Amino acid sequence: MTTKLLTALLLGTSILGSAGVACAQDVTLNIESWRGDDLAIWKDKLIPAFESRNPGIKVVFAPSAPTEYDAALGAKLAAGSAGDLITCRPFDKSLELYKKGNLADLSALPGMENFSDVAKAAWQTDDGKASFCVPMASVIHGFIYNKDAFDKLGIKVPETRDEFFAALDKIKADGTYIPMAMGTKDLWEAATMGYQNIGPNYWKGEEGRLALIKGEQKLTDPQWVEPFKELARWKPYLGDGFEAQTYPDSQNLFTLGRAAIYPAGSWEIGLFNTQAQFKMGAFPPPVEKAGDTCYISDHTDIGMGLNAASKNADAAKTFLSWVASPDFATIYANALPGFFSLNNTPVKMEDPLAQEFVSWRGKCKSTIRSTYQILSRGTPNLENETWVESANVINGTDTPEAAAKKLQDGLDSWYRAGK
Amino acid sequence: MAAAPKRPFRWHIGVFLAPALLVYTAIMILPLAGTLQLSLFRNIDQSQVFVGLENFRTLFGDPNWSVNFWNALRNNVWFFIIHMLVQNPIGVLLAALLSSPKLRFAAFYRTAIFVPTILSFVIVGFAWKLILSPLWGVAPNLLDLIGLKSLFTPWLGKEEYALTTLSLISVWQFVGIPMMLIYAALLSIPEEVIEAAECDGITGMSQFWKIKLPLILPSIGIISILTFVGNFNAFDLIYTAQGALAGPNYSTDILGTFLYRAFFGFQLQVGDPNMGAAIATMMFLIILGGVCVYLFLVQTRLRRYQF
Repeated sequence: MTTKLLTALLLGTSILGSAGVACAQDVTLNIESWRGDDLAIWKDKLIPAFESRNPGIKVVFAPSAPTEYDAALGAKLAAGSAGDLITCRPFDKSLELYKKGNLADLSALPGMENFSDVAKAAWQTDDGKASFCVPMASVIHGFIYNKDAFDKLGIKVPETRDEFFAALDKIKADGTYIPMAMGTKDLWEAATMGYQNIGPNYWKGEEGRLALIKGEQKLTDPQWVEPFKELARWKPYLGDGFEAQTYPDSQNLFTLGRAAIYPAGSWEIGLFNTQAQFKMGAFPPPVEKAGDTCYISDHTDIGMGLNAASKNADAAKTFLSWVASPDFATIYANALPGFFSLNNTPVKMEDPLAQEFVSWRGKCKSTIRSTYQILSRGTPNLENETWVESANVINGTDTPEAAAKKLQDGLDSWYRAGK
Repeated sequence: MAAAPKRPFRWHIGVFLAPALLVYTAIMILPLAGTLQLSLFRNIDQSQVFVGLENFRTLFGDPNWSVNFWNALRNNVWFFIIHMLVQNPIGVLLAALLSSPKLRFAAFYRTAIFVPTILSFVIVGFAWKLILSPLWGVAPNLLDLIGLKSLFTPWLGKEEYALTTLSLISVWQFVGIPMMLIYAALLSIPEEVIEAAECDGITGMSQFWKIKLPLILPSIGIISILTFVGNFNAFDLIYTAQGALAGPNYSTDILGTFLYRAFFGFQLQVGDPNMGAAIATMMFLIILGGVCVYLFLVQTRLRRYQF
């Protein structure tokens, strides 16, 4: 019922909308998005920049709420009233739209050569032959720390794991700060900011991730169990009652200056800059010994594709080529510190914390979260199970080995490599 | 022989019944039938194919589903037991206290205890999450004031306590309902019965046990069945307090949250409406079974007193 009503309403608005277009000479492109937070940036910066370079094309950014986006977009696409440009979720959700014929193939779009294979992987068919969205931004994992606390305690930024735990010990012994702000109540922090943050150093980023998909490695192999073992060692450094500490609790603990280290994703930068009253720095997940190659999770998060039913496909392609250009990347990355451009051309950013995060791309190898591509299609869902098991390992209710075995057994029950 | 005079068809009965019947059919019976039907199909290559009871075989035969299902059912039973053992006796007790003529401010207590019931689940969930928060909650401080700080643990984050804690939060929220129903039942006991009891020397506690309690048993039965249906349909509180994954380690997962994850999907998990419908069907059957047991075995044996 609601879907029908929604569809009818949307249909109504789109007819009215197109009536307006008919009067004008210009082509108007509508962008579907879930990023309502970015409305001002699109309106004031991105769209004027594009329109001044491409007279005759008008662009309208029309976001819906994140939780409603997928359902609303599906209904609009089915009714033929969706916008010309569609903001793409990574992996299976967009792949499904492409398979249904809702998204056009953009492999040949001018500008796509500006992106690496890892950047494009989130919006490609499994065989990598067709790309259907232009990668816009990624988020990088690492640790944000309280610089004032580090200076006061005379701790230097840890590079190796031993230094990392030595630093934690020192903070704990001093007692002024909670060594690490993280809770296991919301589960996903343990997996996303824990396992997927420190893991790539163990499984060697893309090498391990792809081997897992091909079936050459198993989650019970040492390089996949070791990150769990490190997570289990985090427990004594977390705050009192971390089992019931939620994600906003962790954010507040850190920004109020009560905790020294925050296992982070770069999306926090914007919020932390406005809330924290102390100097902050960041470091990538520590490696085993100094000089080892480091790996970071540089997770592709948002892209933009072309509605296959769009009547303004040519204008839309012009726009997408611009989205793929360094020009767009510079404006976008500076307006939203923490959402990094995936463009091969380095982007100059003003925010020091964001600069620190993005500088790791130069010295470390990038990968994406291991559970996102292909491996989370079945039941039980590997990503969701990783949330639960990572939290269990930190809580101490599961051993690292038992957790890894549960994940592998779950995966084995439906996934056949190479199928 | 003259034909018996034919009674005119009484149209008005149909006309008066129609609105309720139509509305009930449209919003209750059709969706229910739709759910039952959906559970017999499966999505194969983008089209719905009839598969008989195959979804139920997966639900009970495939350990990936059955372990979660039994876990959810077990948790749900515990959720119900806590309500029966804590909520309803406390409700009866409060009603008995309220109906005592000597109590002052009875109207105030009645309202205060009933207020949580009309609060939204979201408010209750978030308020209790904050109260019990180890970081900013008042619970650790209050316990500290009476020197019992050592008793505090992050209840909502521990596998062994989380479900019981949530059950008690739900009890706190809904204790007003049994209280009100029993209170009404107690008020409806005629004065003559009480007076007769007093003439026979039955007063105080024994009056409650021997006279009043038997008279309110039918109300207690109704409350039990309402609790049963409410608990096995519960979802909101767990979802707002613990999220759809019902952590830690699925220890607070009840049938409602299990259904939600299966039907709508969660995070990277894609929703499977057919398996969701199969779980919904099982919930329906469990509730139906429980209600039938009550109607045919319990209610027929309850003695009713006519005054």
